[in-house]
Amino acid sequence: MPYKLKKEKEPPKLAKGTAKPSSSSKDGGGESTDEAQAQSQPQPQPQPQPQPQPPSSNKRPSNSTPPPTQLSKIKYSGGPQIVKKERRQSSSRFNLSKNRELQKLPALKDSPTQEREELFIQKLRQCCVLFDFVSDPLSDLKFKEVKRAGLNEMVEYITHSRDVVTEAIYPEAVTMFSVNLFRTLPPSSNPTGAEFDPEEDEPTLEAAWPHLQLVYEFFLRFLESPDFQPNIAKKYIDQKFVLALLDLFDSEDPRERDFLKTILHRIYGKFLGLRAYIRRQINHIFYRFIYETEHHNGIAELLEILGSIINGFALPLKEEHKMFLIRVLLPLHKVKSLSVYHPQLAYCVVQFLEKESSLTEPVIVGLLKFWPKTHSPKEVMFLNELEEILDVIEPSEFSKVMEPLFRQLAKCVSSPHFQVAERALYYWNNEYIMSLISDNAARVLPIMFPALYRNSKSHWNKTIHGLIYNALKLFMEMNQKLFDDCTQQYKAEKQKGRFRMKEREEMWQKIEELARLNPQYPMFRAPPPLPPVYSMETETPTAEDIQLLKRTVETEAVQMLKDIKKEKVLLRRKSELPQDVYTIKALEAHKRAEEFLTASQEAL
Amino acid sequence: MAGAAGPGTGPGAARGDGDDSLYPIAVLIDELRNEDVQLRLNSIKKLSTIALALGVERTRTELLPFLTDTIYDEDEVLLALAEQLGNFTGLVGGPDFAHCLLPPLESLATVEETVVRDKAVESLRQISQEHTPVALEAHFVPLVKRLASGDWFTSRTSACGLFSVCYPRASNAVKAEIRQHFRSLCSDDTPMVRRAAASKLGEFAKVLELDSVKSEIVPLFTNLASDEQDSVRLLAVEACVSIAQLLSQDDLEALVMPTLRQAAEDKSWRVRYMVADKFSELQKAVGPKITLNDLIPAFQNLLKDCEAEVRAAAAHKVKELCENLPTEGRETIIMNQILPFIKELVSDTNQHVKSALASVIMGLSTILGKENTIEHLLPLFLAQLKDECPEVRLNIISNLDCVNEVIGIRQLSQSLLPAIVELAEDAKWRVRLAIIEYMPLLAGQLGVEFFDEKLNSLCMAWLVDHVYAIREAATSNLMKLVQKFGTEWAQNTIVPKVLVMANDPNYLHRMTTLFCINALSEACGQEITTKQMLPIVLKMAGDQVANVRFNVAKSLQKIGPILDTDALQEEVKPVLQKLGQDEDMDVKYFAQEAISAVAQRLTKLDFPVKDNEEPSAPGADKNHFLRPRGPGEDTGKFVPLMSRHTESERLGWFPRRQ
Repeated sequence: MPYKLKKEKEPPKLAKGTAKPSSSSKDGGGESTDEAQAQSQPQPQPQPQPQPQPPSSNKRPSNSTPPPTQLSKIKYSGGPQIVKKERRQSSSRFNLSKNRELQKLPALKDSPTQEREELFIQKLRQCCVLFDFVSDPLSDLKFKEVKRAGLNEMVEYITHSRDVVTEAIYPEAVTMFSVNLFRTLPPSSNPTGAEFDPEEDEPTLEAAWPHLQLVYEFFLRFLESPDFQPNIAKKYIDQKFVLALLDLFDSEDPRERDFLKTILHRIYGKFLGLRAYIRRQINHIFYRFIYETEHHNGIAELLEILGSIINGFALPLKEEHKMFLIRVLLPLHKVKSLSVYHPQLAYCVVQFLEKESSLTEPVIVGLLKFWPKTHSPKEVMFLNELEEILDVIEPSEFSKVMEPLFRQLAKCVSSPHFQVAERALYYWNNEYIMSLISDNAARVLPIMFPALYRNSKSHWNKTIHGLIYNALKLFMEMNQKLFDDCTQQYKAEKQKGRFRMKEREEMWQKIEELARLNPQYPMFRAPPPLPPVYSMETETPTAEDIQLLKRTVETEAVQMLKDIKKEKVLLRRKSELPQDVYTIKALEAHKRAEEFLTASQEAL
Repeated sequence: MAGAAGPGTGPGAARGDGDDSLYPIAVLIDELRNEDVQLRLNSIKKLSTIALALGVERTRTELLPFLTDTIYDEDEVLLALAEQLGNFTGLVGGPDFAHCLLPPLESLATVEETVVRDKAVESLRQISQEHTPVALEAHFVPLVKRLASGDWFTSRTSACGLFSVCYPRASNAVKAEIRQHFRSLCSDDTPMVRRAAASKLGEFAKVLELDSVKSEIVPLFTNLASDEQDSVRLLAVEACVSIAQLLSQDDLEALVMPTLRQAAEDKSWRVRYMVADKFSELQKAVGPKITLNDLIPAFQNLLKDCEAEVRAAAAHKVKELCENLPTEGRETIIMNQILPFIKELVSDTNQHVKSALASVIMGLSTILGKENTIEHLLPLFLAQLKDECPEVRLNIISNLDCVNEVIGIRQLSQSLLPAIVELAEDAKWRVRLAIIEYMPLLAGQLGVEFFDEKLNSLCMAWLVDHVYAIREAATSNLMKLVQKFGTEWAQNTIVPKVLVMANDPNYLHRMTTLFCINALSEACGQEITTKQMLPIVLKMAGDQVANVRFNVAKSLQKIGPILDTDALQEEVKPVLQKLGQDEDMDVKYFAQEAISAVAQRLTKLDFPVKDNEEPSAPGADKNHFLRPRGPGEDTGKFVPLMSRHTESERLGWFPRRQ
């Protein structure tokens, strides 16, 4: 999916001002209805109230809402479109009901008030009948329509009528939801394992969606109804229910995951007793995803929910939450399909750091540990995230991590993949980062200088040369004396480097000789000679004149200053495979229940 | 430890230490601080050398504590360390000191990365065997217990793999404890741990006393098989195989079968898939009686399961299931209880199901005998040969030998031919490639007459396919056919047709001639090569396309060893020398390569030099790309060169631009 651009994130950021979540009016429709409900509720439920938080002292506060997961990863790109012979649809095994002949019941609004509850229940029960949408889509058309109309009517009824969510309704509504939705998801039609490409493969849509959509919609309205009382509902919406709900997040249909996300978010907000359980179960999903399968469709949505949860964490952070950051969120960076959920993941990480800056060191150390070695697009994502982290870093934390950090950046700057080198060099346009470097120039410069100097000539890509000269120029302006020292030291080091290689060989030789003296030596056959370590650098400017360098720096760097910040879409569709029109249209037609998830305040 | 490297601390710092015997550790410490992962990795891989240099005592007292304390590095380095330590017993002083290796491995068994953890567990299992029973109870069992009650799921997961290695040699009291720990892991709160325990359940059951299996393992099995997570339940199916082997028929019926029946009808398709996938193992484990009563009906259900994945897995097992039935009454069972379901699958809606079936169905003919095959199976084969999905047809064709033995291939050949022709002309080149690969097999089954009459033209048509991979496969196919049918056949049917292509207007086809000659010369022998092929090759040295010319050079190098010295001296050498003066530098390069190879052979007189073939074929290509380039050359020149290897031939169709 295309990397989320900073620009797209701007509106909520601007709207945010000083206050933290939920107080901004621009955050989407869902939120205002939330507030409206809260006001009109007769008895205030133990629902989390949005609490304004003190303005953060950080340099660049990030967004108040997690970046929403995109419905369609595949943007119509002008490539060929086709209608596939077999629609990409499948459905799970529904236990089809034996008797599917539904009688049309009278309309709720036409019936006398005292009979309405009974009729409502009847309708809910009627909707527990399941139909076949896959093997014979044309079966039972008449009865399918009865169910559809019934669901539609109930959605209207529960949205616009008051006092209809009575105690008798709860078990019926939950049962109707469970019967319709809780199912074993079908095998994926996309390739599994290593061949699966989350960015490329089209999702399989749920065939029974005409009914499922309405069931989801009804349930969401039910949860959001002003009459809804978690205290009564908790008998039915229990751990088992939540576990089954979480299982559905692996659904391939993005529309289904979108509903699930909103529903789980509401449940998390309203059922305090389930919160710890939900977090624990989400962790289990993540562990399995990271360490066992590397395949799950709903990671982005789950992270989006977690983003809103983290947003609402109370300070100081509980140990449990910190562990979650270190042991779950950081290892999530390791998975191959990171691009699918990276914006949401980065949001979660930055939220943590904004809440507690002392976590910066472990986070950066973790990122460095999982730094991609061969996957350049992923490396670019890491660089994006790292910059977001540096945007909010405290100077004291910066000095703790800067050495390993800049050693990695030196490697990125030297990357033969120009997008990686380019992304790393964009850091030099970030004023806050530059101010941090400037304060620690004596330690940062000696690390960065050799990489910049070496590549100022040897990198194959011309754009990179310009950016490097820009960076060198900034360093030079920062501290002329230090810059000169670095140049001298670089040359000295280069001389020493060759010497050291030789020294190392001799050392190992000596150990080998010592080992030979051991009578056991023949039993442990020495390992075959290891391939010598070649450094990637090839030709380097050796006796380059400092003066010349300075002059070049001056001239070359100038033109790079402009329009550098213009970020590109760094990921793109890899191929122009024909796209299924039906899938594209179906996804475009889907309306989100809520654009942004609001924070769920942690109960204190 | 990598992060701590200061620019000033070079490996030379180790020198300062006066004590020579500490030197190896100092070097290791320094090397492990290096920024370069590859260097750190190399040092860890040389750990045994360091240990040898230190001697057993210092290894125990200094090296191992150092390793235990400093374990924090990239997973790659940790993996190497975990692997090294598994073979370290001799280096710490033998079995009496094997326990010294436990601390570093224990920490490695708790890290997050699965690969490292698994390797650590593997090494621990290895070392456990080297412990004396006393040391096992004193050191190893406590380690297992610590891991099993660790806070973090990683250590508990690792523990699951260690129970079965320490149980058999422990005393009774300790055994009870071990069982207790395993029990609690089976009901762990984290699904990851339950999965690990479930996957080791079978292995653990095997080392337990029969009573304990019945009283403890079976309840655990039953619980895991009804776990809330289907990923746990499906692992219980695997354990079922091992457990079933341990129990008597009566116990099996009472203790295991209810669970197995339930698994075969589980609501999750993954569990049912697992049952289908493990069907043969289950069948063997439960024995013939239960198979007939229980497994056959379950199998029928799996064959008509609503998920295609399950049906395909079951279809794969059809042949094995039938083979493993008791010979007595086997035919009746297959005919009445299996075949009707197979017939349904032949027209399944899912192609994977059909192709799974097609890959095994031919095997049934040997079990059912000639008459049944002709009457019942043949119609199915024929139907599958006409299937719309090429994979199904291919699977049938690839297993023709099974049928050939029973009824002879003639029964099929009428239907076979259209199927082969259709596959040979399939629009997907991978399909064409697959059928080419079966050609030698088919040729062998059908005989030379049938081949000449019906299939030969196909084989020749592939030589001018527009996809390189097909042309390439077609050449090696010709070679195999020659090996099968002999040189005389080659001379009469293949060689003339191949040589005609040397005059084709398309240079790619002309090159195909050369590739064919490369492949065929050895199989055809000296006479045909010298008399028929060589003149054509030499004539092509004047081709106007450079790609053809340098392939001439390569061909001459390739067929050189087959020719006699006269031909080499008088015919090949002059042509190569001329090519060596070519204006195109690639032609020059390959000509020179060939000249030196030929010259080598000429100096060695008539020794049949086998080595010559080695550098001539793939090596030449590689050298070509590695050779130093002149300053004026740009990469544009490589386009036609590369296109010889790529599948997109768009560029290859254009003659080389000079």
